[in-house]
Amino acid sequence: MSDLPAKILYCRCAFARAVPEATKNAVLGRLCESGISFESVADLCEMSARKDPRLAEVLAGDEPIRIAACFPRAVKWLFHHAGTPLPDDGRVEVLNMRDTSADAIADALLAGTTSHSPSNSPTP
Amino acid sequence: MKNEIHPVQVILYEGGGSTPWEVDCRLSVTASLLDQGYSVLRVTEAAGNGAAMRTTRGIPVIVLGRFTGPMPEVVDGAGELRIATRDTASLGAEEILSLVTTVREDLGADLNRPGQTGAWKPWFPVIDYDRCTNCMQCLSFCLFDVYGVDEDKRIQVQNNDNCKTNCPACSRVCPEVAIMFPKYASGPINGELVKQEDLARESMKIDISSLLGGDIYSSLKNRSEKAKSRFSKERSPDKALDERKRCLTQLQQSGMIPAEVLAELDLSSLPSPEAIQRKAKELAALREAQV
Repeated sequence: MSDLPAKILYCRCAFARAVPEATKNAVLGRLCESGISFESVADLCEMSARKDPRLAEVLAGDEPIRIAACFPRAVKWLFHHAGTPLPDDGRVEVLNMRDTSADAIADALLAGTTSHSPSNSPTP
Repeated sequence: MKNEIHPVQVILYEGGGSTPWEVDCRLSVTASLLDQGYSVLRVTEAAGNGAAMRTTRGIPVIVLGRFTGPMPEVVDGAGELRIATRDTASLGAEEILSLVTTVREDLGADLNRPGQTGAWKPWFPVIDYDRCTNCMQCLSFCLFDVYGVDEDKRIQVQNNDNCKTNCPACSRVCPEVAIMFPKYASGPINGELVKQEDLARESMKIDISSLLGGDIYSSLKNRSEKAKSRFSKERSPDKALDERKRCLTQLQQSGMIPAEVLAELDLSSLPSPEAIQRKAKELAALREAQV
């Protein structure tokens, strides 16, 4: 497994209520409290339908990738549908916000990051 | 497909030469932008997603930051990106959201906005090729040309936009539980792992052949041919529509198409008798090629 810091991708599922509001809000809250960089998208399904080229950008490189979205089977084939299949080398971890607690998701997303704790209060 | 619409990428820049945002403001702005259809990349100097800002050709970019010095000029040497940079040092969350709207309009960028009238809800079938056996049941079943085949005669989803929102009917006719609608409420259609009991349930599905005496297109073809001879002297578009409506009602009564989906269908948008006959011929040729 790569020692590179993980890329994080968060899906808001903005076009439907498939992901519980409380879970997706809490996960986003934890990401925003942390000091890390992360990518967030309105809706992976919509990007897949449009075959959005940014999905390929997300997969580019050798870093581990953590995706907070929905069922891994759905996410796998959504990327495939977009023409950018997920690599099967074990560097992609899909976390399911539909049936997992927000804390468990956020802990997994932030695991091993160097800026895990709440940070970034404004400079006076 | 709404190919002409691209989500605008907003970059919350909190790296060198800027001060970080308050957590509440960052969360509020990020959540609101996502709910409006934007994508948001937060860039810090810490690990994760790289301090380097990744952008994608053709997608408009708005860079927001609380810059401590002169506002950096962000340019795209290749001239392929529309980039706007704005200093948000004195702005609250609401003002930032207004600013983003204004800048997006200035960039001439459009959004597919969730919840807005006219927005396209991303509802379309996603095929699990680990399960699909290329039986073509879905292609036979769908009246709206959502499915097609690639150059290797492999089934694929070709026309996402043709899919009728909230209709999961094709996934219900798939004998291998290989068709997902990720926004569907329950499994395995929503992408949950397929369990043994799901397979058992699927094996009890109504066989389309028994439902309509053949595949949908053959059935509709027969119906349209009968209708053609019946109305040959006084062909009426209304009668043709009635014919299609009867066929769809039969499907709805079988439980395959939700009543609310059927109620919203624009029957005049259904395939014409000629299109149905052409499709039936194409399917027959495909099946012959598979034998």
